[in-house]
Amino acid sequence: MGMKGWQQFWRQLSLFGLLALALTGCGKDELSTLKPSGPVAAMQFDLMKLSSAIMIGVFIVVMLIFTYVLIRYRKRPGQQGIPKQVEGNHALEILWTVIPFLLLIVMAIPTVTTGFELHKEYSKEEALQVKVTAHQFWWEFEYPDLGVATAQDLVLPVGKKVQFHVTSADVMHAFWIPALGGKIDTNPGQENKIWLQADKTGTFYGKCAELCGASHALMDFKVEVMDQAAFDSWANGMKGVQAAEPVAATAASAAQGQEIFNKSCLGCHAVAGKGGKMGPNLTNFADRERVAGILAHTPENVAEWLKDPQKVKPGNNMPNLNLDDAQTKALVDYLQTLSVK
Amino acid sequence: MSAHDSHAPNRSGLWDWLTTVDHKKIAILYLIAGGIFFLAGGFEALLIRLQLMYPESSVVGAKTFNELITMHGTTMIFLAAMPIIFALMNAVVPLQIGARDVAFPFVNSLGFWLFFFGGVLLNTSWFLGGAPDAGWTSYTTLALNQYSGHGVDFYVLGLQIAGIGTLIGGINFLVTIINMRAPGMTFMRMPMFTWSAFVTSGLILFAFPAITVGLVLLMFDRLFGGNFFNPDAGGNVVIWEHLFWIFGHPEVYILILPAFGVISEVISTFARKRLFGYSSMVFATALIGFLGFMVWAHHMFTTGLGAIANTLFGLATMLIAVPTGIKIFNWLLTMWGGQIRFTSANLWAVGFIPTFTIGGMTGVMLAIPPADYQYHDSYFVVAHFHYVIVGGLVFGLFAGLHYWWPKMFGKMLNETLGKWNFWTFFIGFHLTFFPQHFLGLMGMPRRVFTYLKDQNLDMGNMISTIGAFGMTIGTILFLVNIFVTAASSKRAPADPWDGRTLEWSIPSPPPEYNFAQTPLVRGLDAFWIEKVAGNKGMTPAEPLGDIHMPSPSFLPFLMSVGLFIAGYGFMYHNYVVVVIGLLVTFACMFTRSVKDDPGYHIHEDEIEDKGVKA
Repeated sequence: MGMKGWQQFWRQLSLFGLLALALTGCGKDELSTLKPSGPVAAMQFDLMKLSSAIMIGVFIVVMLIFTYVLIRYRKRPGQQGIPKQVEGNHALEILWTVIPFLLLIVMAIPTVTTGFELHKEYSKEEALQVKVTAHQFWWEFEYPDLGVATAQDLVLPVGKKVQFHVTSADVMHAFWIPALGGKIDTNPGQENKIWLQADKTGTFYGKCAELCGASHALMDFKVEVMDQAAFDSWANGMKGVQAAEPVAATAASAAQGQEIFNKSCLGCHAVAGKGGKMGPNLTNFADRERVAGILAHTPENVAEWLKDPQKVKPGNNMPNLNLDDAQTKALVDYLQTLSVK
Repeated sequence: MSAHDSHAPNRSGLWDWLTTVDHKKIAILYLIAGGIFFLAGGFEALLIRLQLMYPESSVVGAKTFNELITMHGTTMIFLAAMPIIFALMNAVVPLQIGARDVAFPFVNSLGFWLFFFGGVLLNTSWFLGGAPDAGWTSYTTLALNQYSGHGVDFYVLGLQIAGIGTLIGGINFLVTIINMRAPGMTFMRMPMFTWSAFVTSGLILFAFPAITVGLVLLMFDRLFGGNFFNPDAGGNVVIWEHLFWIFGHPEVYILILPAFGVISEVISTFARKRLFGYSSMVFATALIGFLGFMVWAHHMFTTGLGAIANTLFGLATMLIAVPTGIKIFNWLLTMWGGQIRFTSANLWAVGFIPTFTIGGMTGVMLAIPPADYQYHDSYFVVAHFHYVIVGGLVFGLFAGLHYWWPKMFGKMLNETLGKWNFWTFFIGFHLTFFPQHFLGLMGMPRRVFTYLKDQNLDMGNMISTIGAFGMTIGTILFLVNIFVTAASSKRAPADPWDGRTLEWSIPSPPPEYNFAQTPLVRGLDAFWIEKVAGNKGMTPAEPLGDIHMPSPSFLPFLMSVGLFIAGYGFMYHNYVVVVIGLLVTFACMFTRSVKDDPGYHIHEDEIEDKGVKA
C-alpha cells in the first residue's frame, strides 16, 4: 500500500471539499435552497442532507476500494504469470445487492411521508389563497379572498401557510422561490397547487425555472414577507385603491404622464380599478423592488425600460411606445406616484 | 449459383463509401459523421459557457443562446452520442459474435444515411432563419408556432428522419445478435459489450416509436394546424411531456448501457482477468433496461402529477441504483487481484468509475420527489446529467475508441497524446460540472442566458467556464492524435492488448469477410480460452470455402436524399417538392423490392488468411 497514493487521494478529496465549502458558504440567503426560510424548504433540505450523507458514505466506500485496487494491483515491471480468473463471489454479490437496498429503504420512508406532507391542500380557513398566473415574462398574483391583484412583487404574511393555485397564460413556466421551497410548473390550460410558508420577514427571490422563451433568464420576481399586521394594512390599502377609480396626479409633469398612460398604457395595464390585464397590474408600481423584475428601481431604469423594452427583456410583449425624452420623463413621474404605502 | 457474381464489384474512393454495406465501413462513416456533429455540439457548448462566464454579459443574445442550448442538447444526444455508439456497435458486435456482417447490411447502410441526412437537415436551420430554440425537450406550448420560430420545424422533421435510421439500426442489431452468432456462442457466452448492444437495441425498438408519435403530433400542430398540444383548442400540454420522456428516459439507458459494455471489456482486458460476476452483470444490464421504461415521470415531478404518481415513480427510480451498484462493485472486483495496465483506453475506463458513481449518486438524490422540487430545472440537474452522459457515456466512448481503434483502422493511437487527452479532459470535466451542483442548489435555474450580479453565482460560473476550456483542449488533443496516428506507418498487430474476445483473433483491420472460417466458440472470453490452451487461433467451425457477400448499393443514399428533400417541402409547404422527394424514396424502395440482388462470392483462392482444416 503506497503512502503516496493515499496522500494524493486525500489531497484531491480535500480540494473538492474546499471548493464545495467555498461555494456553499456563498449561497445568498434570499435565493439559496441551502438556506431554508420556511417549513417546506426545511423539509426538502432535510431530505437533501440525508440523501447526500448516505451517498457520500457510499462514495467513500467505493473510492477506498477503488484506490486500494489501483495501487495494489497495478502491473509491476517484470510481473509474470496469469492472474487467477475469478468467476464471481455469491456472498459478496448478495452483500452489495442487499446493502444498497437497505440504504434505499432508509431514504424511501421520509420520501413517502414528506411527499404526502408537501402535497396537502389547505382551505381558505387554513391558509392564505393566492392565484399565480405566469406570463412571458412576468408574474401575476391575485388574492381572490382579499380582492387584491398585483404583479411581480408577491406580498406574504410571515408564519402563515399560503396555498398557491398556479397556471399560465401562454407557455409553460415554473414557479420557484428557492429559499421557501421547491417549484411547480405553471401549465397553460391547467391549475397546479402548491403550499409554501415563510418563517422570516424580508425579501426573497423568485425565479422562473422552465424555459419559456428568450427572456426566461430575466423572469424574476420578489417575495416580500411581512408580519401579519403590515400585510393586513398592505392588503387593505390595495383593496381600497383597487375598488376605486385611479387618482388624478397633481404635479404637472405627472399629470401629463397620466394622460399618456391613459391613452397608451391603460389598455394592457391596470391601475387601481381600471385597465387591462394583458400586462402587469401597476397599482403599486412605485412600491416595487425592481423594474421589469430585474433592474434596480430608479427613475433612470424606468425610463430605460420605457424607451426600449426589447433591449431590457428580449421577446417580451410590451411594445415600444416611441416616446420622446419629455414624454418619457412625464410617464416616469406618473408611474412613481403609483404607491399604496 | 450461376446468377451470382464471383467477384466483388470494383468500387473505389468516394463511390465505395457512398455505396458500402460493409459494417466495418459503416462504422467508420458513423464515427466521422458523429464526430463532426460532436465537434459542432462542443462548439455550441463552448459558446454557452463563454456567455455564462460573467454575469449580465452579452457574448450572444438571448434568442441565440436558446438556439445554442437547444442545438447543443439535440446534437449531442441524437447526432453525436447515438451515432458514435452505432459506430462502435457496427465495428465490434459482428466481430465479437463471429459473424461476417450484420443480418441486414442494406438496412444498416440505410440507417446510417437516414441519420446523416436527418442531422444535416436539422443543422441547416442555422442558415435558414434560425435554429430551434424551444430546448431539446421542445415542451409545448413553447414549441408551437405562436411562441417559437421556424427552427422547431427543422427539429421535428430532422429528428423524424434520423429517428427512422436509429430505429432500423436497432432492429438490425437485435436480429444480428439473435441470429448470427457463431456456433457455440450461446447468449451467456456473449461478450459484455455485445450484451449491452443487445439490450440497447431492444430499448431503441420500444422507445423510439414514442418520440416518433410525439414528433408526428407536433408536426401536425406546427405545419397543418392540428391542436393536439394547444390548450386553447382543447389540447393538452402535458401529453407531449409524457411522450417525450417515455422515449427520453429509456434513451438515457440506450446511451449509457453500451458505455457499461465498453468499460466491462476494457477493465477486464487491462486487468487480465475475466469479468467478475458476468452473469450478474448480464442480469443487471437487462434489469436496468427493463426498469428504464418505468421511471419516465421522474423528469416530470414538478408537472403536477400528484403525490401518489410522484412517489411511485420516485421509488422505482431509486431501485435502479441497485443494479447500477452491482456493476460498479463488479468492475472494482474485476480489477482486484489483476495486473492493471494504465493504457489510455484503461485510463478512460478507470476514470469512468468515480465520475459515473457521482452521477449515479446525484441520480438517487434526484429520485426523491420532494427534494427534486428544489433540484428540478436547476443547474443541479445540469451537473447530474453531464456527470452521467459525459462522465459516463463520453468517457466510455473514448475508452472504446482507444481500445478498438487498432481493430477499426489497423493503427495504434499514440499513447502519450492519449494520456494528455485523458487528463486535460478529465480535469476540465470536473471543473466544469462539479461547481454546477452548487450553482443549482444556490438557486440558479438551468437554460438561463444570463444571471444577475450580486446573486453569488459568479465564482461557480467562472470556474465552470475555465473547465470547459480544459475539455476543449482534451478534444483537440484527440483530433491531433487521430492525424498523428493516420500519418504514421506503424501497423497494429491483430491482438495488441492481449484481448479476450473474438475480434482480436482476426487481423487489424479485418478482411471484408471478417472470418475466413467461422470460429467455434468454447466459452466466455472465447479467444482467451484458446490462448490459455496454447492454441494459435480459434478452432474453425467450418471448412474453408467460398464466402457469400452482400452487394454494395447506392439505393440507401438515394432513399435518404429523397426524404431529405421531402422534409424541406413539408417545412416550406411546397408540396411539389414533397412529391418529388417522396417519389425518389419510393422509386428506390420499388427498385430494391423487384430487383434481384444475389450478392457475390469471394472465392476460396482469394481468401488471404489460409485457415486450418476444420
